Amino acid sequence: MSAVLSAHRLNKRFGAVIAADDLSLDLAAGERVSLIGANGAGKTTFVNMATGYLEPDSGSIALDGADIGRRSPRQVARLGISRSFQIPQLFIDLTAIENLVVAIAGARSEALSPFAPAEAHGRRAQAIELLERFGLGQQADRPIAELAGGVRKLIDIAMALARRPKLLLLDEPTSGVSAEEKFATMDRVFQAVAGHAATIVFVEHDMEIVSRYADRVVAFYSGRIIADGEPQAVLRDPDVRRYVTGGLR
Amino acid sequence: MNLFLTIVLDGLIEASWLFVVALGLTLVFGVLKILNIAHGSFYALGAYVAATVVTLSAAHHLPPVAGFVAMLLTVAFIAGAVGVLLERGVLKMFYGRDEVILLLVTYAVFLILEDVTKLIWGVNPIYATQPYELFGNVAFAGLYYVGYDLMLIPAAAAIGFAVWFGLNRTILGKIVLAVIHNEEISLSMGVRVNRVYAAAFGFGVLLAATAGALTAPKISMQPGLSSDVIILSFAIVVIGGLGSVEGAAVGAILVGLARATAVHLMPQAELFVIYLIMAAVLMIRPEGLFKRDTARRI
Amino acid sequence: MRQWRLHPLAMVVPVIAATLAGRLLPTWTLSLATVAASNALVALGIVVLARTGNVSFGQGLFFAAGGYGVALVANAWGVTDAAVQMLIGAACGGLLGLLIGPLIARYSGIFFGMLTLALSMVFYGALMKSSALGGSDGFNVGRPTLLGIVFVDPREADFMLYGVSVITTGLAGIAAATLFRSEFGLVSLAVRENNLRVEYLGLSANRIIAANFAIAAAFAGASGAFALMAQRHIDPQFAYWTTSGEFVFIAVLAGYQSVMAVYVASLALELVRSFSNLYLPNTWQLVLGLFLLAVILFLPRGIGSLWAGRVGRRVAAEPVADDGGAP
Repeated sequence: MSAVLSAHRLNKRFGAVIAADDLSLDLAAGERVSLIGANGAGKTTFVNMATGYLEPDSGSIALDGADIGRRSPRQVARLGISRSFQIPQLFIDLTAIENLVVAIAGARSEALSPFAPAEAHGRRAQAIELLERFGLGQQADRPIAELAGGVRKLIDIAMALARRPKLLLLDEPTSGVSAEEKFATMDRVFQAVAGHAATIVFVEHDMEIVSRYADRVVAFYSGRIIADGEPQAVLRDPDVRRYVTGGLR
Repeated sequence: MNLFLTIVLDGLIEASWLFVVALGLTLVFGVLKILNIAHGSFYALGAYVAATVVTLSAAHHLPPVAGFVAMLLTVAFIAGAVGVLLERGVLKMFYGRDEVILLLVTYAVFLILEDVTKLIWGVNPIYATQPYELFGNVAFAGLYYVGYDLMLIPAAAAIGFAVWFGLNRTILGKIVLAVIHNEEISLSMGVRVNRVYAAAFGFGVLLAATAGALTAPKISMQPGLSSDVIILSFAIVVIGGLGSVEGAAVGAILVGLARATAVHLMPQAELFVIYLIMAAVLMIRPEGLFKRDTARRI
Repeated sequence: MRQWRLHPLAMVVPVIAATLAGRLLPTWTLSLATVAASNALVALGIVVLARTGNVSFGQGLFFAAGGYGVALVANAWGVTDAAVQMLIGAACGGLLGLLIGPLIARYSGIFFGMLTLALSMVFYGALMKSSALGGSDGFNVGRPTLLGIVFVDPREADFMLYGVSVITTGLAGIAAATLFRSEFGLVSLAVRENNLRVEYLGLSANRIIAANFAIAAAFAGASGAFALMAQRHIDPQFAYWTTSGEFVFIAVLAGYQSVMAVYVASLALELVRSFSNLYLPNTWQLVLGLFLLAVILFLPRGIGSLWAGRVGRRVAAEPVADDGGAP
């Protein structure tokens, strides 16, 4: 299987902090990959570089062969990477459905229409469908300001799906979601992407989620990858225990 | 050589009073985070009050020196008082709101003061030239300058130094600096931020009015003075960096010299060259030439 | 920002009614209403742009560009038709806006405002010193005509100008209302709320801002043409910061929720100005200032939310690296 995302010898420093240290990683199409690591280990920097928010100091990163290291988030999105955020990035004063309509507008290649109402031409139906995938159809016309954190998280992810991405990057998809809801959330996300054969990459701290939903786990430490493989193997790795999950037994 | 010297001196003279005005504006922004559109109105107020005092003292046959001193003292007192009253009475009601809201509040104050000035002093130009002869005339290197104008340079430098010294070398100054850098922490350390606000605003207004008083003998006082001055001082603080004392000085000198150069070498550019610099600074280095060092918030 | 409940075309009725009502109004009201309509047009443009989170403090630039453009064309080629002059004004403003918009779209909040202010003052300064354009005195133009008809009776001439400005502003209002409820309008609001997410969704925040900016510039240019027609004179004051300030004042009073509010606010401003000039000379600014303070204090709705966004887009705290800034 050819790699969907191919990172080759990425380097990134912020002053004295080494966020990426000769980092190489290949992700195949259809994989369900979890990135784990303590705070500051380099996971979010990797996600930022993969989505065009940061430029690597050196090294390359490519999506389906197309270089994305020096592109902007907008260009990377148009090439097929969608991202959800650890702290939901929503349009607070707008309603849930309006948020989705904006996402749908971004997914289209035609110019934005200044004439027809925003939700015309089937866009409302499309938006409702996306919300329904997360059981949020009822909340469609409520402003984000009125919605709870867990719901906002789901809307944030729904927006990332408006695009039918080749690669979906989820930054801590279950943080802020209550313990009972975590599995339901992940089930919903994976179901929602089911038809697309997209690659899913998710950053997670909850090892139960990791072992249940990932078919591959990549562990970060100090900007380097210290383990990469099947969940059971990686989670039992002594280095991973020392630097990620905590406490050598 | 003569031309060069002329440009430099003209530029510095202009820069002197501009610096004093801009200093007040930048201090008020630094402490209260308010861009005071009415700042020019206090300059005008200072000029008008100075004119009245000078005229009165001349009418009472007091020597010009007395008139000059009386003018400065009166202006300082009135401006300080008005400033503090305005801050405690009006501005305070809008704290905590968005900074553009406060901008609009000061715009409203500007509108109000425009008419107040017209109502008190009328719309016809007023002059108060008696102090202008106080320092005689100076001739050198083929150039001819009025002593009063040249006096403005060391006067502005002295004021600048005093403010710098006050901020950096006195305890009171350190407290003010603390509020400038982080109001929240200052508050939690027991600083009476309210008092600092009132004092800073009053002082800022005092500086504007003093600049107005100092230039009153050289200009004619008429409506429109405040709108011209505020936009100039605004350009200066943007160029120098909002909240920076050094920036106000450098900005004023830059603007003064640019103006002088244009007047002598390319008169058509005299008015717009300053705003061109302002636009350029905004596009290249929006924080201004002297970015205030702010610690990264957690 | 809530979905527009009334269909934009419903505004056609009040526009027609207002135009016809002009027949019944006394001359002084007619002039006042013409100025109000013309000012409302600029303020409407400011509101359109403000929905992206950027407030322009320098619309005087386009106002003057439109006025001077029309004045020059009118004097050079004898173009006197009011509708044509309006279109020329809009074109001058719009073209300038298309040029400048992309350059300044990446700035936000206070920096954007200051930049627009600086640019308008550059124009003012250049105009003041340009002897070819009359310097600080400016120059005069002839009376406008319409469809070839020359209006000799001042009453008729006033009504013609009133009609053209009310209809133009009304059409602009309908266009704005349509824009606000459209996809483009919604995304413009999104830019104000969270421009980073807009980019991540594959849209260009800068292009959206630039487009709204060009619309605002065109509106201001058209209004400049009207001001020229009403005064039959153009001077650099059109570009001065206090002129721009007045337009922002109207936009602030109106808020950004309703197009009708812009007309109401503009009318209120003109009424206050006229009445205080009539009864207490040299007090209209005082009254206006107090009025503005009162509105800010008691009617925050539509005012505060206009600028509820962050200052300095590129300077905002990064939401993506929130485990302490480091990776």
